Order: sequence, then C-alpha cells, then structure tokens
Amino acid sequence: MAEHVAGRSSSDVDAVVAAALDEARRLGASDASVRVEQIRSQVVALRDGTIETSSDDTEDGVGLRVVHEGSIGFAATADVSVDAAARLAHQAVGAAKVVAAVRRRPLVLAPEPGHGEVSWSSSYRTDPTTVPMAEKVARLVEWSHQLLGAAGIDHVTARVLAVSESKHYADLQGTVATQRRVRVHPSVEAVALDPDGTFETMRTCAPPVGRGWEYLDGEGWDWDTELAELPGLLAEKLASPSVDAGRYDLVIDPTNLWLTIHESIGHATELDRALGYEAAYAGTSFATPDKLGTLRYGSPVMHVTGDRTAEHGLASVAIDDEGVQAQSFDLVKDGVLVGYQLDRATASAAGYDRSNGCAFADSPLHVPIQRMANVSLQPAPSEGPTTAELISGVERGIFVVGDKSWSIDMQRYNFQFTGQRFFRIEGGRLVGQLRDVAYQGTTTEFWGLMEAVGGRSTYLLAGAFNCGKGQPGQVAPVSHGAPSALVRNVNVLNARAEGGR
Amino acid sequence: MTGSQRGLAPPADVVEAGLSTARSAGCVVIVEDTSEAEVRFAVNTTTTNGVRRARRVTVASVAAVDGGLAVGVATRSGAVDVSDLVRAAEAEASSAPVAEDASPLLGGVVDAEFGAAPLETDLSVLSGVLSGLSGVFERAERAGTVLAGFASHAVATTHLGTSAGLRRRHVQPTGAAQMVARTSEGANSAWVGVGTPDFADVASEALEDELVRRLGWASRRVDVDAGRHPVVLPPSAVADLMIYVAGSAGGQDAEDGRTVFSKPGGGTRIGERLSPLAFELRSDPAEPGIECAPFLTVTASSAEASVFDNGLALGRTPWLRDGRLEHLQYHRAGAALRGGQVAAPGDNLVLELAGAQGSTADLVARTEHGLLVTCLWYIRVVDPATLLLTGLTRDGVYLIEDGEVTGTVTNFRFNESPVDLLARTTDVGATVRTLGREFGEYVNRTAMPALRVDDFNMSSVSPAS
Repeated sequence: MAEHVAGRSSSDVDAVVAAALDEARRLGASDASVRVEQIRSQVVALRDGTIETSSDDTEDGVGLRVVHEGSIGFAATADVSVDAAARLAHQAVGAAKVVAAVRRRPLVLAPEPGHGEVSWSSSYRTDPTTVPMAEKVARLVEWSHQLLGAAGIDHVTARVLAVSESKHYADLQGTVATQRRVRVHPSVEAVALDPDGTFETMRTCAPPVGRGWEYLDGEGWDWDTELAELPGLLAEKLASPSVDAGRYDLVIDPTNLWLTIHESIGHATELDRALGYEAAYAGTSFATPDKLGTLRYGSPVMHVTGDRTAEHGLASVAIDDEGVQAQSFDLVKDGVLVGYQLDRATASAAGYDRSNGCAFADSPLHVPIQRMANVSLQPAPSEGPTTAELISGVERGIFVVGDKSWSIDMQRYNFQFTGQRFFRIEGGRLVGQLRDVAYQGTTTEFWGLMEAVGGRSTYLLAGAFNCGKGQPGQVAPVSHGAPSALVRNVNVLNARAEGGR
Repeated sequence: MTGSQRGLAPPADVVEAGLSTARSAGCVVIVEDTSEAEVRFAVNTTTTNGVRRARRVTVASVAAVDGGLAVGVATRSGAVDVSDLVRAAEAEASSAPVAEDASPLLGGVVDAEFGAAPLETDLSVLSGVLSGLSGVFERAERAGTVLAGFASHAVATTHLGTSAGLRRRHVQPTGAAQMVARTSEGANSAWVGVGTPDFADVASEALEDELVRRLGWASRRVDVDAGRHPVVLPPSAVADLMIYVAGSAGGQDAEDGRTVFSKPGGGTRIGERLSPLAFELRSDPAEPGIECAPFLTVTASSAEASVFDNGLALGRTPWLRDGRLEHLQYHRAGAALRGGQVAAPGDNLVLELAGAQGSTADLVARTEHGLLVTCLWYIRVVDPATLLLTGLTRDGVYLIEDGEVTGTVTNFRFNESPVDLLARTTDVGATVRTLGREFGEYVNRTAMPALRVDDFNMSSVSPAS
C-alpha cells in the first residue's frame, strides 16, 4: 500500500477507517463501507488574455454508509479524524433508525465478494493539479493571444479545469481499495460580433479526458491544428446563411454525438431511473425493465456498451463506491435493449445476481448512488467507413461538429441539440457552413434512423465533467466513446425562427 | 439548530489566526461551515439519506506586483492548518498576473456575534415531514399511485474577515420539501415543492392533498398539438425562468456584446424598457421570508463578483424596475472601469408587479382557454443573444376551459426567451414565496407571481409522462 493516501499517512487513514467500521459493526450494522478522500479541483479562466477566475480547492472528508436492520444510513464529515469517524458510525446508524420508522420495505444490497487490497491509478504522466498555476495561466495567455491576433475575432475566453482525486475505500467484506484519478478539461472560445447586433461563437471541440497535463502538450489532441483553424471557421460561420428548417440527413461527428448518447442512452439505461428512484428529480426512463430484451432502441448497426474500465475514461475505476469490481457490459446490442447500469440496491430490486459497478459519489460527503459508466456507441466492426465516406453518401444534409446546447425530457424521449459547427452537405460534399441549426428527435425514432456508423478511425472518447443527478445534487465526470454516424431524415429547426425572429 | 464545535476549531479563531499570520499587502479569510440533513424517498419507501458536516476555509492573499495588485486564492476543507493555507495563497499571489478586479479590501464593520459558533442541524428538523410519510405511502399504495420526493435542511454559517478590519458572520438556514406522485400505469404525474427555513409549516399530508387534487384533474385526457398557446405559468415555473434572467445579467458580458442585455453596436441596454408592464425583478437580503446574507462572500473571482469585494454590504438591487433594465452585475473594479454601478449577484430573487393580485387559481379563473403548465424542466440556453431557452414541461400540463381546469394534456418542448415573455405577459398574479422545480436547489429563496402569456411557443410534443 502507498505511503500516502488521500493526502495523509496510510497509518492515519487506516486508523480513521478502522474507527468507523469497528464502531459501525459494534452498533449492529450488517454492512458498512467507508471512504476517505481528497479531491483537488482547480479552475483558471481568462477573458481576452487577462485572468478572470483562479481557484485551487482541496476537499477532504470521510463518509460512512451503513445498512442497519434493513435500513440505509449515511453520515459524513470534513473532519478526518479517529474521533469524528467513530461519531459517524453513531450518526449513520441513527439515520438508519430514523428512516426505519418510515420505510415500507427493507433494503437489500446485491452481494459482492471481498476483493482484498487493491491499488489502482488512472493513466497519466503529470498530475495536472501539480502544474503551477502561473504555468496554467501562461498557457492560456498564449492560446488567447494567438486567437486575439487573428482577423475577425472580437473576444476570447480560455479556461482549464484540473482535478486530482485520491480515494481510500474499505468495507466489512474486506475490500480495501486505494485509487487515484486525474482529469483535465481545457477549452477556448472565440467570439465574433455581427454588424447586425448579434454574435457567433466557436469553441474548441477537445473533450475533457482522464489524462494529465500532457494533454495540453498534444498527447491525445492536436491543439495546434484546432486553434489554427478556429478563426477561419468562425469567420466562415459568421458569413454563412441561416438554415432552412426541415428534414435533413445528418452526419454527426463524435464531438457532438457523445452528448446525444449521454442523454438519450446513458441516462435512459440507468436502472434506478427505470425503476422510478429519480422520479422526483432527474426523471424516469421509457426503457423500463419489462422491455429488456425486446425494446427496439435503434437500427441493427447500434451497439452500445457501458464500462468502467476504458483507459482515460472519466468514469473508469477499479472498485466502485460499494466495493464492486469495475466491469464492461452491453446495453444495446443489434439495436435491442439488453442491459442496464446497476448499483447494488437496484440490482437486488430487479433480480440481478450482482451489481455491474455503477455506484459512486461525487464527494466524500455524499452518499453513493447509481451513476453513469462510460457509455459508448461502438464503431463498425472491421474497417468501417471514414467520416468522409459517410458524407459522400448524403445528397442533402448537414455535418454536425461539436456540442453546445442540450435538453431532453424527463423520460428521455424528446431531445434538442445544437452544436459548434454545421457544414452543409450537397451531393456528398461539404459546401460551407450554416447558422442557427438545432436538431430535435425522439430517442428510438432517431436511433432507428441511424443507417451507418463509422469505423474505428472515426472513434473518439469524448465526455463531460458536469453530469448532474440525485438529491442533493451530485456532479460527476463521464466519458462517451463514439464513431461518426449517419442518421437519415432528422428534424432540423431554425433556432432564430423558434425564438420568434 | 444548535451550536457545536466538536473537533473543528472555532471559525472566528481560524479567521484571526489566518489574518495574523499573513505577510502580504492584504488578506481575506473565509470560513464556511455547513451542516445538512436529508431524506430521499421513491417507489413509496425511503431510499437514501444523509447527515453531513462540512467546512471550507478560503484565503485570498493580495500582493503588490509590477503594474498593480495580484491575488492568490487557496481553499481547503476540514481541520485546516490556516497558516499553511495563507502561505499557499501568498505563493500564488506572488507569481500571478495583475488582477483586473483589484480594489482596496473592505473594513469597517465588526459583527457583535463574530465569535459565536457555527450552527448545526440534524434529521430531527425533518421529523414533522417524516412522521406523516408512512401514512402517506400507505394511502398512495392503496390508491395505486407511486410517490417519490426529497426533504432537506441545511444551515450554513459564514465567518469572513479582512486585514482591513472587517469581521462578518452570517447564519443561513435553507430547507426544501418536494413530492411527485405518478399513477401506477405511469400516464399521469404531479409535483409539489416548498422552500422553508425551518420546516415549521411543512407537513407531508398537505403536499399529499395537493397531489391528489392535481391527479384528479387528469381524469380527462385531451390531445393538444404543438404551436403557440395561451399559458398560465405558476410561480415555480416563473422562478426557473427568472433565475436565467438574473443569471444572464453580467455587465461585462453585456458590454462585450455577448448577451441579451447587449446593445447592438456596443454598450448595454440599461435604461431600456423590456416590458410594457412595470415589473420589478430584484434581489434584496431583507426580503421578508427569504432573507439572505447582507454582505457578499466570494471564494473565486468571476466577471461579476470579485474576491476583493468580500464583505461588501448588499442592499435591495433591482435588475428590472418599472419594466426597464436597471442594473447589471459589476464588481467594484469593473464598475469603476466601465462607469457602471456596483451590483453583486444576489442569493434571492423576487419578481413583482405592484398592485397585481391573484393566485395561480385566480389566473386560471381569468383565462378563457389555455394551458396550465405546472413545471418546466431541463431548461438550457439555445441562443444567448436573445436568451432563447429550450426545455420541457413536466409533471402536469392541464387544459383550461372557461376559467376551469378541465383535463390533462401531453407534455411539450418549448423554445422561448424569458425576456420576451415579460414583454408579452397578459396577466400577472400576486408575488408569493416559491421553489423553482429545476433550479430551486441552487436558488432556494424566490418569490414570484403567476403569469399568463398568450402565445407561448410549444415547439413539439414530448411523449414523456
């Protein structure tokens, strides 16, 4: 085991963990798991090359979940000490007793064997939170000035978010897991004012990733090329026509498609939503368990997996926050719903033998709930088409690149997305950009219209830092892999016309 | 709520220790203690719960550097060694570029209770709600309905000190209870939610009664197409829309030409009439029933708020007055640079039309034909230039005929700008305390009227139920 975990000596952490678990056991808990964590989060943001926001926030805490006579109880504190940990056991068991008087059914967790001592780290070279803030500022200043020096750009915002997590997990089954993850999300947005009083923006499409500072040096993304192209793309967008609303064939780049996957598949295949556990907040799902194995989610080329194992994946770990080993599984196969993302409570409620490891919390002070795995649309087997080949098969359509605005209903049917760049396709070729494009769809209809997915060469692991769910609200990072895809006959709106203009 | 120190040092001591160890040109120390308790329920039983105690300590150090002042900020949680944190912030400041938001640190005010302990809460605050719940669950099961919901209470105690002598303390209780009922076949659903500082007046049976009444409206189902419809928006839905208006009121963003409050050709729309109705949209720490901190706390600078302005006294700030745009958000340095007035983002939000009368039910009674939309959801910006928002209706859209609710209709996706809605409003009710369905968790303290808009853009039908 490492000398230091969660920013403390391992002997100190062991003492805190033992105090919480021993006291929980002594108070009659049948199950108990404790997390000691340290999460360092940094934000640096610049406007027009000068610093606007700088923060460096380190969160420490210990959280204890118990199951006591069929009720769950959770207590947590920022005071990481032996005394505080023992008090947590009393508070968590106390909470379980309070709800015992109200609950209608006992809580049962699907079993999970102990995994002994586990030590794991995500793949990175340089922890991005250890890079001096001055160096972060300098990099963003350089990028900002590069764009501010280009013709037609009025404003530039640049930001980087950097996170390093160290987590020590232990439970009564004997699993003791020490895990470290880092992630980073740099982004740059250029603004061009339109003489008519409106404006257009263009943001980098580089996704947030489970990588270190090396990402900004070009490992995993070609920053030089994207930043060099941005001014020309923005100027072209500003001069381009507003879209005519109607039905279009869309070729969707993975930098946009990941978010459609996230909203219409990722959340819809969370079993807690499908069972109604999120009915008061995040919502439910049309993909209910009675449709498992029969619901036609999309066309036969649709193969969607969930995993907590992808290298550089934002939801990747070795052991989840309920002591369940990370796994990889099918959600949609040959276009049919075949699986769900599970935690131990929902797995048990729906008759599964075991959770597939999708429980986690965004903070040591929050209770783990069922959260999203890396949910990815698989590329075409063997070679598969390139993006250019997909475009060549479209007579009249739009090539959609980059994510922007998103919204979907509480049951995950009706969605609307915009993007960063919309290229008109005519006769299989790109012929300039369009403005004001939004596409609307209904989940199963949209995926049913997916005629082809690109090959492995088009595949990109994109994602987000800010997936929200639960009460109190929790915010989690998650990755989504996607190839380019061709979706026929999609409803495209003109956003300005929608606004009554 | 009780006062308790337990293992963490008294917050006033942390502030004083931090300030006394500071070696820089200026220093701000903020200690935020939070105590929370919550219970969640779904499928007619309790699910998760939690009690937690958090502490965040933030130090902002000001350093004189070439060309002006720079600032370094560091935040840590828990039993923090504040001198370490001061050293980290000072190191940051010494290598940081000049801060464009620099202003002299504030002094002058010393709160008498500065030395008092933070307050704590626990699950006993929710006992009034919890004691009724098991009966509520039982009746729901008998009636074939499925309940889900959430009750939470938090107390945040803030201690803020500056090297210029300011010492402020504020205790902010925040609570909310929400409940959703769905019919077992899933065809109909309804939501109720209330914000409260103390749960003194919240009973789960009262929430249940309102849900039963709403589900009763759903006995007749009517098909309505997408398109422009007269719509009555209750205070909760209005809150979620107005939170976007206030959240888009950054002065610098407007001057940069990037928001709905930018003037074409440059400058801002301050002074421009946005609505023919004399609406006031304001934040006011002294607003009765939704009081909030009378001073500003900022742990990271933004375009609208600066760490240099920590402790700034807050008063009544109208964002709109007499239907005109009155204020945009500027920190002191931004206001000085741009010739604007200082206005900090508030922790409560009120929309009011003087003299307007009536509840949501009264607006329904005054409506010949239209839709009552109880909740808006997943509201996101499509076009910031007009503040065009998209989103969905949720958990209850009802048909109004001849002043009465006569049935339930489908859900819709809408595309609308709340700024445009204020200009097109045709009826306004009295302002009452409310909880936004989507954003009430983040902006708990809102008071809004019900509104009617006669041409609300429902862009498409959503099959969700």
